[in-house]
Amino acid sequence: MAINMQLDIVSAETEIFSGTVNAVFAPAIMGDVGIYPQHTPLVTQLKPGELKIEVEGEEDLYIYVSGGMLEVQPDVVTVLSDTAIRAEELDENMALGAKQHAEELLKDKKSGVDSARALAELAEAAAQLRMIEKIRKGKV
Amino acid sequence: MSGAKQIRTQISSIKNTQKITKAMEMVAASKMRKAQDRMNETRPYAIKIKQVINHLAAAHSEYKHPYMNARPEIKRVGFIIISTDRGLCGGLNVNVFKSALRQIKEYQDQGVEVDLSIIGSKGMAFFKRLSDLNVVSHASGLGDNIHMNEIIGPVKVMLDAYSEGNIDRLHLAENEFVNTMTQAPEISTLLPLPKDEEEVRQHHWDYIYEPDAKEVLDSLLVRYVESIVYRGVVENVACEMAARMIAMKSASDNAGSLIDDLQLAYNKARQASITQELSEIVGGAAAV
Repeated sequence: MAINMQLDIVSAETEIFSGTVNAVFAPAIMGDVGIYPQHTPLVTQLKPGELKIEVEGEEDLYIYVSGGMLEVQPDVVTVLSDTAIRAEELDENMALGAKQHAEELLKDKKSGVDSARALAELAEAAAQLRMIEKIRKGKV
Repeated sequence: MSGAKQIRTQISSIKNTQKITKAMEMVAASKMRKAQDRMNETRPYAIKIKQVINHLAAAHSEYKHPYMNARPEIKRVGFIIISTDRGLCGGLNVNVFKSALRQIKEYQDQGVEVDLSIIGSKGMAFFKRLSDLNVVSHASGLGDNIHMNEIIGPVKVMLDAYSEGNIDRLHLAENEFVNTMTQAPEISTLLPLPKDEEEVRQHHWDYIYEPDAKEVLDSLLVRYVESIVYRGVVENVACEMAARMIAMKSASDNAGSLIDDLQLAYNKARQASITQELSEIVGGAAAV
């Protein structure tokens, strides 16, 4: 019987931890859970909090997670960690921010002249002027 | 001698420009390597989350999440378009805009309306000039080291629109990093989630879910979509750096050949003026 298991802690941005451990304690949403090898399969959401990792012959390791998911299989435990603190209102705010940003930029279009387009038109006009001058010089 | 002098100032100004483009090339090369590393680091998360989702979907076939159901009629689609914040990176942005526009045009021809969510200021500058397109959200100024929480906002706008039935399909337009020399624009479908072949196989065991399967699946799916978009943004940074590196390299090379040409012209002008002076002296001496 296995006395240890594989633990992977990954986030969308990077891999945080990967190794063989004896036990892991995690702040699950329904209360803290302690996972030992041969645990029954489990998927749970995590609250922001501390993960405690026990590795044989080494000091306990503590890793902070700001929420996420814990997936448990008998020999493999995976923590899908969030990198940002998530809450319904916070997410809502971020969505609003992104919307407003777009609206502000779109308003610009109506009030002011688009500078890129203005520059292009200016360059075109200048080229036409040069052409006219050349023609004049050639005739005179 | 005035012609020669002019050429000399021109050469020195081109040399200065060449220094800048060389420096930009090297900066882009080192940033590209970092971006590539970050791109690879996003892979384990995406693979793992996909596994759990597939398992869940197979074990709970009676619960169909809206993200997984294809809708029969499509009235409005969403596009998340990823672009860079800064220019000087060749045709990178234009290529992705072009292929997105082509797809958008196809939808519009069928009478389907299009909503856009744009990441990166170059994309905003491009699409705000097209008045028939509706930009619903935008994020820019993300920098080279992008964090997840900057992606959540614009993605959530689209996910909410999908859940509420405002859009019936969601696409992602970004650059795919093939290798340093090649970046290919790619348009993929985010929602409804493309079906996986593996999903069909039977499972003999199931997880315990806390709090329950539905809630777990909901939050997993949101994170999954976000992680794909995040990866797209990181990949786009790698593409941006690679494209800039190539653009700056060819700019430096061009500057080099310009300098060579000018140097030749300068030498000729100098030689001509010396010859002229000599012949004047000789002519003057002969007259005396």
